[in-house]
Amino acid sequence: MAVLNPLVAQEPPLVQSKRPAGVLMGALGLWRTRIGIALVAFIAGIAIFGPLFGPHGPADFMGLPNQLPFPGSRFGTDHLGQDVWSRFLDGGRTILVLATSATVLGLVLGTSLGLLAAYSRGLLDDVIMRAMDVILAFPQILLALVAISTLGPSGWLMVLAVGLTNMPRVARVTRGAAQPIVERDFVAAAEALGVPRWRILFGEILPNVLSPLMVESSLRLTYSIGVIAALAFLGFSTNPNGADWGLMIQENFIALVVQPWGVVLPMTAVALLTMGTGMIGDGIARAAAGIDRSRSGE
Amino acid sequence: MSTSASAIVVDRLRVVVRGTTRDIVDDVSFEISPGEVLGLVGESGSGKTTVGLALLGHTRRGVQIGGGSVRMGDMDVLQLDESELEHIRGRLISYVPQDPAAALNPALRIGTQLREILDAHNYGSGADERRERVAEMMREVALPDQPSYLKRYPHELSGGQQQRVGLAIAFACRPRVIVLDEPTTGLDVTTQAHVLGTVRELAALHGTAALYVSHDLAVVGTLANRVAVMYAGRVVEVGPTLDLFRASAHPYTQRLIAAIPHLTGSRDLVGIGGRAPSPGRRPSGCMFAPRCAFAQERCTVALPELRPIAVGHNVRCVRAEEVRGHMLARASDGGREERAPEQEPILALTSVSAGYRKRMVVHDVTLQVAPRECLALVGESGSGKTTLARSVAGLHSDRTGQITLNGVALANKSRDRPREQRRTIQYVFQNPYGSLNPRRTIGHIVRQPLELFGHTSGAEIDRKVGEMLDRVSLASNYADRYPEQLSGGERQRVAIARALVCEPSVLVCDEVTSALDVSVQAAIVELLAALQRDLGLAMLFVTHNLPLVRSIAQRVAVMSQGRIIELGTVDQVLESPQDPYTRRLLSDTPSLEVALETAQSS
Repeated sequence: MAVLNPLVAQEPPLVQSKRPAGVLMGALGLWRTRIGIALVAFIAGIAIFGPLFGPHGPADFMGLPNQLPFPGSRFGTDHLGQDVWSRFLDGGRTILVLATSATVLGLVLGTSLGLLAAYSRGLLDDVIMRAMDVILAFPQILLALVAISTLGPSGWLMVLAVGLTNMPRVARVTRGAAQPIVERDFVAAAEALGVPRWRILFGEILPNVLSPLMVESSLRLTYSIGVIAALAFLGFSTNPNGADWGLMIQENFIALVVQPWGVVLPMTAVALLTMGTGMIGDGIARAAAGIDRSRSGE
Repeated sequence: MSTSASAIVVDRLRVVVRGTTRDIVDDVSFEISPGEVLGLVGESGSGKTTVGLALLGHTRRGVQIGGGSVRMGDMDVLQLDESELEHIRGRLISYVPQDPAAALNPALRIGTQLREILDAHNYGSGADERRERVAEMMREVALPDQPSYLKRYPHELSGGQQQRVGLAIAFACRPRVIVLDEPTTGLDVTTQAHVLGTVRELAALHGTAALYVSHDLAVVGTLANRVAVMYAGRVVEVGPTLDLFRASAHPYTQRLIAAIPHLTGSRDLVGIGGRAPSPGRRPSGCMFAPRCAFAQERCTVALPELRPIAVGHNVRCVRAEEVRGHMLARASDGGREERAPEQEPILALTSVSAGYRKRMVVHDVTLQVAPRECLALVGESGSGKTTLARSVAGLHSDRTGQITLNGVALANKSRDRPREQRRTIQYVFQNPYGSLNPRRTIGHIVRQPLELFGHTSGAEIDRKVGEMLDRVSLASNYADRYPEQLSGGERQRVAIARALVCEPSVLVCDEVTSALDVSVQAAIVELLAALQRDLGLAMLFVTHNLPLVRSIAQRVAVMSQGRIIELGTVDQVLESPQDPYTRRLLSDTPSLEVALETAQSS
């Protein structure tokens, strides 16, 4: 109904939705966010700059397989006799690059589809969202596995597969957040002026749904890291002969009791990274919802 | 103060933000006798609702009582603990909230809800007496008392009926005091007139003292025996209704009266510039001094005390005597020149019907608006006036019939119209809290139409935006602000600037003042009238506020149930209405003038 209840119009909403910048500043004030950022920075630092500091080449043979640490090899050797420390320093890049790309891809596609669905309503909305539901119905890792085992493990395919499985979740969140925004009069005002459709979507509506999207993006990053690591663990690495954290875990897994370092190092790194992104996401979510707001302000 | 005769005595009430010394309300004192209605008037943020709730010993979250007393007989309500308050609420003092839909439990039948209050306070001797009382209550508020009606749920009742149920619940235990918080704000004028009549009858019948909180001077003037005016958390003037409105001694009261539109005799509205100070940012001295025409040096030194100026008439102003003698010049009849409608209408609607799928809400409307003319479209909520306005702007596409602009038929959807047509017709929305994108700066919002309609040079755009902001009386540094940093009136100015910056010929205004306070409403209408005159705009001004029509329009169309039932010049329609519906609408619209004249003659 176009007739507005005057009661609703009388008072401004009591809690103004926060600007994304304000949410980020609020999140930075929380310890969980700071710890999360420190963790992510630490692991990302290892992954990005690690290869520069590796004492040996990742494929250099150091001695017998599964040796405990000895002088010249800080964390011993792996199942082929390569240096665990050098391979660890070398193996983070792939996972980081792939996971980030997959997240970005999922965000771009999911946001666009979610905004379009919320704005167009009606048939297009139904078609888009039911398609998303179909993708959602499959476990994330299964879809990726099917794609990769059919077409072979290449970087772009992994990004595409994981990105596409991220898409429906982002689309849902975006659509949910955008639905009440679409009904607001400023969207009608833009329509009356004849603002092009894509500019209404990305210029008028998108800025109003950024807060939930920030939370969602950190969640999706956490999942992407997990899925990419799991794929590598299952043997689908882009670079089967090189080092990769997920692959390392799988290779050295059999010798866990004899030489734990080959598993412990990459596992800890992946765990800390996902914990870090998770904590950042939690911090943003709390700041956006105002859960940890200081009570003195009341 | 004669404590014994009064039903309730409020003495130096102070309400503060929890844990601070920032006051929301301070030094509020008044008393109400049995059977008397005291109107508590103020604009949003003045603290009137806070006072109303404090009478029941209640504060909103984050707010606490900072001092003072609320006495009923020997009892100080503010000293009672929660269980004692529970005991007196509903029995000795009750409350009617603004929104009846929110106050009634949607899951319970209204009969159950009426019984609840009687059961809670152990009314009468038994179930039979309570059942009898429920029926009696229904009759008192003029609702049917059959069991079948009592079995209804709140959503099966209209807004007016819901509010009557709210009144019935409030009056159920025959309380000594009743607080009514804008109970008619959401209702149509006709329903409002009925509800007001009920309140007056019940208060007189049972000797209940009533505090009627409202921002609507006309309603208060019609209903109240005495009126207290609040500004920035203080009572600035209190006195008998007639005396207070006819011989106001506080500048704020005078300006408020000057800001309300009148049904009889057209005169220009005068808004109040500036905005009321918010808690914590209130100046020392008189709160109104920064906006006051009478302000002197001494006004800013200390807050004036409330002092008597006539019998029962107190005022908080150091220059009250002069102010009272200087009642602002009013009633400037014939101030507006009558413009003869020009030959060719710029906007013409022919047999326009519109609706939502099968349900039509606008039927066969034919209208013309001439260039430089303002046509007011008046009707109650649900009359289809907003749908019609949106159809003109291309925001409502489910319509038939023809809308032409300069003789050229307009497409149903704004998207299908050529750019020039979109530029020529601009729309201002009802609610400025929804019509501005909260994530965009004011500058961006006003600039957007210019960029769309082909002004390419950045310098020229900046110049035009600056000029337009200046035109709507906003400082140029507003361009960098966000809507949430602006008051409602300022936001509506931004919305008007956005509509006018691309130099349209037709402006459609949809209830543009209904979300605003009266003083702000007056300022916006003033602005629109001036802009319409200066820019030669044709205007379609949609409103439910009949008195407002006087101040802005030359012709008026009255709409009811989707049809135009009366169309004519403002004088014709408001002074000699032909249609019974228009006559009823006019007689039900509360008017301060009429109320005061009636009070004077009796």
